Amino acid sequence: MRLKVKDMEFGYASVTILKNVTMELAESEVLGVVGPNGAGKSTLIRCIDRIISPQKGSILVDGTDIKTMSSTDRAKKIGYVPQGVSQAFPTTVFDTVLMGRRPHFGWWSRKEDNEKVLDMLEMLNLEQFAMRGINELSGGQQQKVFLARALTQEADILLLDEPVSALDIRHQLEVLNVIRSVVKESGISVMISIHDLNLASRFTDRLLLMYNGTVFATGPSSSVLTHDNIKQVYGVEANVSMHGGRNYIAPDKPVE
Amino acid sequence: MATSSAVGTKAKAKIKRIEVAESYKKLIRRKINYIILFFVIVLIIAGIAVALGCFPLSVSAVYSIIFHGLSTQTLGDESIWLLRLPRIILAILVGFGLAAAGTMMQGALKNPLASPFTLGIAAGAAFGASLALFLAEGAVVSEYLLVGCAFFFALIPTFIIMLLTRFRRATPETMVLAGIGMLYLFGAFQGLVQFISSPTTVQAAVIFGVGTLARASWLQVIPAAIVLICFVPLLMWKAWDVNILGAGDEAAESMGVNTARTRVLVMLITTILTAGLVCFTGTIGFIGLITPHICRMFMGGDNRFLIPVAGFFGAALLLGADTVARTVVAPESIPVGILVSLIAGPLFLIMLLSKKGGYL
Repeated sequence: MRLKVKDMEFGYASVTILKNVTMELAESEVLGVVGPNGAGKSTLIRCIDRIISPQKGSILVDGTDIKTMSSTDRAKKIGYVPQGVSQAFPTTVFDTVLMGRRPHFGWWSRKEDNEKVLDMLEMLNLEQFAMRGINELSGGQQQKVFLARALTQEADILLLDEPVSALDIRHQLEVLNVIRSVVKESGISVMISIHDLNLASRFTDRLLLMYNGTVFATGPSSSVLTHDNIKQVYGVEANVSMHGGRNYIAPDKPVE
Repeated sequence: MATSSAVGTKAKAKIKRIEVAESYKKLIRRKINYIILFFVIVLIIAGIAVALGCFPLSVSAVYSIIFHGLSTQTLGDESIWLLRLPRIILAILVGFGLAAAGTMMQGALKNPLASPFTLGIAAGAAFGASLALFLAEGAVVSEYLLVGCAFFFALIPTFIIMLLTRFRRATPETMVLAGIGMLYLFGAFQGLVQFISSPTTVQAAVIFGVGTLARASWLQVIPAAIVLICFVPLLMWKAWDVNILGAGDEAAESMGVNTARTRVLVMLITTILTAGLVCFTGTIGFIGLITPHICRMFMGGDNRFLIPVAGFFGAALLLGADTVARTVVAPESIPVGILVSLIAGPLFLIMLLSKKGGYL
């Protein structure tokens, strides 16, 4: 197991956000995190990358407790694309992607760092934007740039918080396809939170359904996205159909 | 057929790759050229400025004095070596330092309004100067007391902000708001001291408040140069991490940057740098705010290049303004802070209107 989270608990002064979260992420696995707003999907991801510190429980990456790692070592193991990021001052797409090499070089990029950036730009089809300012790009293109930045970090684990929720369907498919092909080629593990249950079902190997800060169900979409689970967690009546071994959802109406 | 088209795509991809690599190299070279360009501009302005002044000397006489050194002790020698040269060098040092500090403050706090003024550093220095002038009421204020007070009180606002961040997370918003709080607090202290001071003391304090290079001497140039040599390299060292802060705190953390520590460190470096310069000249604050913005418009946001370019731009701006300030109404001189704002304000507005990229 590449990532092991055990009995994790996180809360602010008076509210508990995550309770007894235990989960695993295997090599070359794409794990989809689904659940209603406020279920704790983003909080779980941020705890794993130590953006926030859980009060209880342990997080092991390749058997090492994440708490004992330096921030640079952690950045070599885990990459993360936060939700709704923006760039404060203008930078080019090339320089933005180069930032992902931060854990690998100190102050001035070496030839191999620049080569890595070129690889990613080529893979994500971003070459024509390389010298453009990131603020001039559309939301879908920006998301691909941030994904490229996280990928040049060359971490084994990639955490993506809602990477496609602001994108049109074409960009959604493009971004998710890139993620799948990277996983296939380089064997990294990806944990991706995603609102669209059908995309989650189609592009992930396994789902983690969260509800009120706990793991409600985990497994293949055929066992997680069931009529009863959706009714209980989302409060929605839905028609569930199966296609190619995966469950797909047609939401009907909110439960009275 | 299939193989040949696959080879064709591969070759195309390779060409594209080389194109991107080349254009990135070109971009870097262009940025380096800007650094050289503005360095040369500073030298040219300095060359002109040294030939201008109220003591009547021909250009060739000025340069022969410079090359012969301070040997003959004539009035001409002294006006060049003890008045013009230290004043020109101080203008370059202060302009460079304030612009470099402003660049990194804005970067680290991700706030286009951050500058020595908005964070209370200048207000602290102005209060310190007013206090020194008040304490020396009537008598001629000792240079050491004035500079010492200004330097000491310039550090206070930042240390109070640092203290606050021990209890609250050092987010840019907290730090900027705390800085503005300090600005008003020290503004009030200064008002109070001036209220009980005599009119002549108040006038001296006002001149310090807008900034002047009229008191420039080698005794100021040397410490100012030391401050610059010590702290600008530290800013350069943190420039790459500050670039990454621009990507947002969570993203920066995930790339291995300790955001809170970086921010606090940059604040400390810029504060000491700023305090070490404005204690000699008074609060020439506008340079620190505006130069980084002007330079970002043609340089982009990479602080590794922005620091030197903004630095030389700031030096050129302050030196140019001061040369005008001491020549138009010679033998009197207008406080340079006023002229800087008069020149840079409209320039900034014109650039805002004519810029092409989406910024601000």
